[in-house]
Amino acid sequence: MLQILGQNFLNALQLGSVYALIALGYTMVYGILTMINFAHGDIFMVSAYLSLAAALFLVGLPLQLPMILVFTGALLFSMLLTALLGVLVERLAYRPLRQAPRLSAVITALGVGLFLEHFTLAILGPEPRRFPDLLPATTWQVAGLTLTPVQLLTILLAAVIMILLDVLVRRTLLGMAMRAIAYNRPIVPLMGVPVDRVISLTFALGSAIAAAGGLMYGLAYPVLDPYMGVRIGWWAFIAAVVGGIGNIRGAMLGGFILGAVEIFTPVFLPSSTYRDFVAFSLLLLLLVFKPTGLLGRPMFERV
Amino acid sequence: MNWPTWIVLTVLTCSLAFGGCAPKETNDIRIGVNAEITGSKPTVGDSCKNAAQLLVTQVNADGGLKVGDKKWPVTLFIEDNEDKPESAAAVAKKLISQNNVLAILGPNASGNAIPAARICEDAKVIMITPWSTNPKTTENMKYVFRACFVDDFQGQVMAKFARDNLKANTAAVLYDVASEYNKGIAEIFKKEFEAMGGKVVAFESYTKDDKDFSSQLTKIKAANPDVLFLPNYYNEVPLQVQQARRLGLTCAIIGSDSWGSDELLKLGGKDLEGCFFSTHYAPDIATPEAQKFIKEYEAKYGKKPDDVAALTYDSLNLLLTAISKAGSLDRQKVRDALANITEFEGVTGKMKFKGTGDPIKSAVIIQIKDGKFTYFDSVAP
Repeated sequence: MLQILGQNFLNALQLGSVYALIALGYTMVYGILTMINFAHGDIFMVSAYLSLAAALFLVGLPLQLPMILVFTGALLFSMLLTALLGVLVERLAYRPLRQAPRLSAVITALGVGLFLEHFTLAILGPEPRRFPDLLPATTWQVAGLTLTPVQLLTILLAAVIMILLDVLVRRTLLGMAMRAIAYNRPIVPLMGVPVDRVISLTFALGSAIAAAGGLMYGLAYPVLDPYMGVRIGWWAFIAAVVGGIGNIRGAMLGGFILGAVEIFTPVFLPSSTYRDFVAFSLLLLLLVFKPTGLLGRPMFERV
Repeated sequence: MNWPTWIVLTVLTCSLAFGGCAPKETNDIRIGVNAEITGSKPTVGDSCKNAAQLLVTQVNADGGLKVGDKKWPVTLFIEDNEDKPESAAAVAKKLISQNNVLAILGPNASGNAIPAARICEDAKVIMITPWSTNPKTTENMKYVFRACFVDDFQGQVMAKFARDNLKANTAAVLYDVASEYNKGIAEIFKKEFEAMGGKVVAFESYTKDDKDFSSQLTKIKAANPDVLFLPNYYNEVPLQVQQARRLGLTCAIIGSDSWGSDELLKLGGKDLEGCFFSTHYAPDIATPEAQKFIKEYEAKYGKKPDDVAALTYDSLNLLLTAISKAGSLDRQKVRDALANITEFEGVTGKMKFKGTGDPIKSAVIIQIKDGKFTYFDSVAP
């Protein structure tokens, strides 16, 4: 019994890492713009396809590259292009609406999400694609638990990215600018902070982090389809809200909580059918008792 | 009224008088094909049309079908049902009232076959569906037949296969609880496997669109079964098999006819090696009937026939056999002859009818070997 619990905990940690990586994108954009980027799940989907394209290209080269190089190449390529996509979406779809009512921006975000889904569908067709095995398919037995290279790498990569992001936001000038914009957007330009550039960089950063999640998700669940971002996007969004939207550490915590909900629901309840029920109930309860999320601070409307 | 109007009226009246009532006495055997030629399953309609045309060409090259002491040519009326239930019903109506067909082949998908079956039953016209495995298609119908086995049967076949061929004492099942097809087969499998003295040690479910099955598979691994049964669709099975293997599950893995798509091999890769599933037909099956059909089909259309093509060929062949046996073109007599065919050697194996629309026939077990579907065994009911 303890072994099963341990194994499930490990699986939850892996899935939670992916959720946390995507939740970061939601929370960063909300923190800086108080806008929910509903296209983020689909940006994640596009990133998975981008890393698939890069991986297939690198594997197809007659160079016989070692798999670790293919993996790194796919990761960097996908992070770079997805960052560009995030910047592009912000520049074309959200920036023109920055002064418009917040509802317009949310609807635009939903529209961008639909556009990305159906654009992918139109180009690649509805049939699911297989993600190649970039990491060895061995399993390690550690204290009765089964551990795979994908699992280990997902958890490690997510941890490294989260630590780097935390340092970036708390210790660097860019991070300070981001926090400043989140704190009081009207005043910050007067201090000489290039607001537009900082917002663009935030989108780039959030999308690139989602791309890391996309590659790790593709390796763990190697069947990609154009609608895969919808459910994962929703779950990551709940993760961001549970942790306290706008709070970066909260998004990480929320991601792991949602990963645990998904893995442990079928363990304690008869079927995984209850999964969404459990997740949304958790969200509702939390919103009733702690509307700002676990780590969020109350926001005061400034008059 | 000026003279052009008179001409139009006269022509209209004449065409009504002569064309409106189709002659009851025809000098050919008319068979309708109600197929999914456009819509979301165009390959299904294509295979159905091709196989039917292949057999009709062969029969007519022989001078036609011998009924009583006269040879009759066979004529096909092929109509597209667009893979929509309402047009499947409309096509059935049209074939009956305008083309005055003796019998109808298709539709293939259960969603289309069920409404069309109602129309044929009411008109007392024989309908044979090649591919619809849903029990509801033929339930309480006198004139509706099928050439494939029913969903429930697969559960039995795989239980028997696991017990007898794989010598499994314990089994685990993972199935989609939201789909009638998966759930039905899973429950029958459990019942039959336990009736044969085995034990189902884990019976786990998930919901459509799940990608992570690790908690269910962890439970299954802890139960340590001899065999894992996955009666799920080809786009989910590769993930399930891969995750099972990554968790260290080494037992045999088996499935149902929903695995039978080339997509499965594309998505699954090496992990699927050695898995088994039940289906209607195997292209490399060894019977002379099947070999002959595959050779002729390939020669005519340049591709290997799939299970729909094989089942359509068998459906039409069953119908023609029944017409020959009845010795008459009377629908009632042909229907009775068809319902009492006791011996039929088809491309998809031996089958017989026992008064109802569902045949008693064996299923084929396929093994995935070197990245290909390979014939392994046939299981009789």
